[in-house]
Amino acid sequence: MKIRIRFSKTEDLRFISHLDVMRYFQKALRRAHVDISYTQGFSPHPVMSFASPLGLGQTSEGEYVDIEVGSSQPSAQMVERLNAVMAEGIQVLGFRRLPDTGKTNAMATIAAADYQVWLQPEEWVPRASCLGYWESYLAQDAIVVHQKTKSREADSDIRPLIQEAQWREDGSFFLRLAAGSDRNLKPEAVLDGFFLWLEEAGALPQGQKPALRIHRLDLYGEQDGKRISLEDFGEDMV
Amino acid sequence: MRKLALSEDILLQAEKPARYTGGEINAVIKDREQVAVRFAMVFPDVYEIGESHLGMKILYHLLNARPDVWCERVYSPWMDMDRQMREKGIPLFALESQDPLKDFDFLGITLQYEMCYTNVLQVLDLAGIPLLAADRGEDMPLVIGGGPCAYNPEPLADFFDLFYIGEGEVSYDALLDGYKENRARGGSRQDFLRKAAEIPGIYVPSLYRPEYHEDGTLADFVPLCPEAPRKIRKVIVSQMDEAPYPLKPVVPYLKATQDRVVLEIMRGCIRGCRFCQAGMIYRPVRQKSVGKLLDTARCMQDATGYDEISLSSLSSSDYTELGPLLNGLLSECRDRKVNISLPSLRIDAFSLDVMSKVQDVKKSSLTFAPEGGTQRIRNVINKGLTEEEILSGAAEAFRGGWNKVKLYFMLGLPTETEEDMRGIAELAEKIAKCYYAEVPKEQRKGKVQITASASFFVPKPFTPFQWATMETEEEYLRRARLVKDTFREQLNRKSLHFQYHEADVTVLEGVLARGDRRVGAAILEAYRLGAIYDAWSEFFDMEKWREAFRRTGVDPDFYTRRPRQAEELFPWDFIDIGVTKRFLRREWERAMEGLVTPNCRESCSGCGAAVFGGGICHEN
Ligand code: SF4
Repeated sequence: MKIRIRFSKTEDLRFISHLDVMRYFQKALRRAHVDISYTQGFSPHPVMSFASPLGLGQTSEGEYVDIEVGSSQPSAQMVERLNAVMAEGIQVLGFRRLPDTGKTNAMATIAAADYQVWLQPEEWVPRASCLGYWESYLAQDAIVVHQKTKSREADSDIRPLIQEAQWREDGSFFLRLAAGSDRNLKPEAVLDGFFLWLEEAGALPQGQKPALRIHRLDLYGEQDGKRISLEDFGEDMV
Repeated sequence: MRKLALSEDILLQAEKPARYTGGEINAVIKDREQVAVRFAMVFPDVYEIGESHLGMKILYHLLNARPDVWCERVYSPWMDMDRQMREKGIPLFALESQDPLKDFDFLGITLQYEMCYTNVLQVLDLAGIPLLAADRGEDMPLVIGGGPCAYNPEPLADFFDLFYIGEGEVSYDALLDGYKENRARGGSRQDFLRKAAEIPGIYVPSLYRPEYHEDGTLADFVPLCPEAPRKIRKVIVSQMDEAPYPLKPVVPYLKATQDRVVLEIMRGCIRGCRFCQAGMIYRPVRQKSVGKLLDTARCMQDATGYDEISLSSLSSSDYTELGPLLNGLLSECRDRKVNISLPSLRIDAFSLDVMSKVQDVKKSSLTFAPEGGTQRIRNVINKGLTEEEILSGAAEAFRGGWNKVKLYFMLGLPTETEEDMRGIAELAEKIAKCYYAEVPKEQRKGKVQITASASFFVPKPFTPFQWATMETEEEYLRRARLVKDTFREQLNRKSLHFQYHEADVTVLEGVLARGDRRVGAAILEAYRLGAIYDAWSEFFDMEKWREAFRRTGVDPDFYTRRPRQAEELFPWDFIDIGVTKRFLRREWERAMEGLVTPNCRESCSGCGAAVFGGGICHEN
């Protein structure tokens, strides 16, 4: 059966790369004696697929890995078993059974992601005096940013990919952004664009951007036109 | 939560931040207020290399088993971080507590190869600990060295407060208890060092003075106080099954070089190859039992989650219970989906059968280490591997589907002739011919691929070849080119590849391996000139070392090119490894006559290692 594991990655674990987290999980599942299915061949490896890699330095409470198992105990017990062998900074939050049919592959179903972002230092861009700029920044018909990826470098309009954006009273930003393999927007791009906007308005000195502390809250997929948390594609086993 | 020593900013700029954050599975965290002794275990190379080292894991486990001691790990910061730490004045710290090394009681540095010596200085320097032991005050950690290079500690004598000669399982308790007692008594650093000198296996370099003849050779090695013994005998474990073993080793996040469970099956080697230091200093051979090993393997898999296990020893084919051990592991590993990565076994029907069960024949390669190209030179080095054995092993393997072969050789061995050099290419050619003779055309999957690599021989202390003279850099290269040319002349040259190591490193390694206390000045100067990570070809810069030798007046030729007399007193002769100098000399002479000496299992040659009262010497 197919299982979706939700986990958090916090504290010092933010310095561990996505690739290393994948390797970590292979071992953790073995330590917890999860009855995971393996590929065939001389060096069988566990069948697992991870959703949307998290950047180095970022934390998250909405990470996912899908695995296949031969048998399982109830969800609550599996979560407990896994947490008994986890490192400080990684916690298993859910262990749910996915329906056997349908397009459930974690990576393929992703449509959006929620982030919370803090500025460091916070007072660098005072909310009280800059909130107006934030609103005018978002009110634009198009937000064209220059984006570089491994394969290409181009100007693109990110406005359609911003589904929700708030500058909250506690000073943090809440962003709901398009995510997935074809349309993916990083929270850095939204805020870099904002800093540029501030610079152009003379509200922020040139080249003095604050650092960002980025935390992923959750990943979502789409089903029948509705947005649902990746976790809710599965069901708790009792 | 622990507070990291490096800021987020610096970590995110690093090539691999995980080298510096610790917090791995099975890392030992203790309350710093509750322990009496803080011990930092240092491997002076990058994290992924050091984290793979078995000896480190054993000591880490053994020291942390004491409730009054907290042992932590330290590796050389990689070049990018080295720069950052120097620029920003960040002191080097231990991974577990992230506390600066200066706060520790001991710094234990493992010395696995000569080319890490400048990294030893890097670690001390970044830690803010004076490089010279003589400059360290009462509040500085005690710096103790161990590992194979501690069998000639003299080039490093000025940088260390103590050396540990032998296997860590034996004397650390006495050392740590002695340290605590001395502190309780209000004793000084010097008081402790004198006391420590009385503990078996402990060498305190500042309590000895070397004296030299006019020709520069050693005249005497004088103990300066009654506590310092004239001879220091190595300490070793006699019952391997009773030795503590790390059942819960640290599991790194980064992919370490050894990313698997490592099962040590025995120590020592019966073979007695005359170039091999490990084969002499770890004598006698001591085995673990199959039952013990299978239990250990199970526990370690449970505690780590590794999906691979490998056997560790100097020559696993000589483990007497190899069949039962591998069968036991195979049946267990199949259920658990664990791969067995085999050490290089002697190629025969048995090993081929096992190999075909655990690895993909098409992808894996056969490994032979004939070390020399002709039977004559193989007799000189006492490598009991004949051409017939190699060819029949290869033939059997080719019939079983293998078509890749790796061959390891040494160039620059004592008595080496051009015939021996050419013999390397000729042996490779014979193996290629064997493939085409054994495997009918329609069954061949492409060409046979034979890769031969040659390293240059470096004479090491405590080997029969410790009297050998080295060649010059140019001569090494000439020999390598001669071999290369001979490869080009072979009929099957398209199936053969030949590669060789760098020659300048070889000469330097030679100086450091058989150096005396005076060589330390050159190491220090080389470090000051910027030499670091010498074991990494991308960073190694021989020019810095040449300059260091010039400035300090240390003549490399004195250590590498000079013929050594039978009776010469060597800088390492104050160490007693059990194996006697008389035996080594006899072996040197037999080498010159091309005589083979039987291995310990065939018959005992009375090397002297029987004094330890254990192992193979007392089995019959
Ligand atoms: S004393 Fe004999 S059996 Fe023991 S190590 Fe030496 S040669 Fe081998």
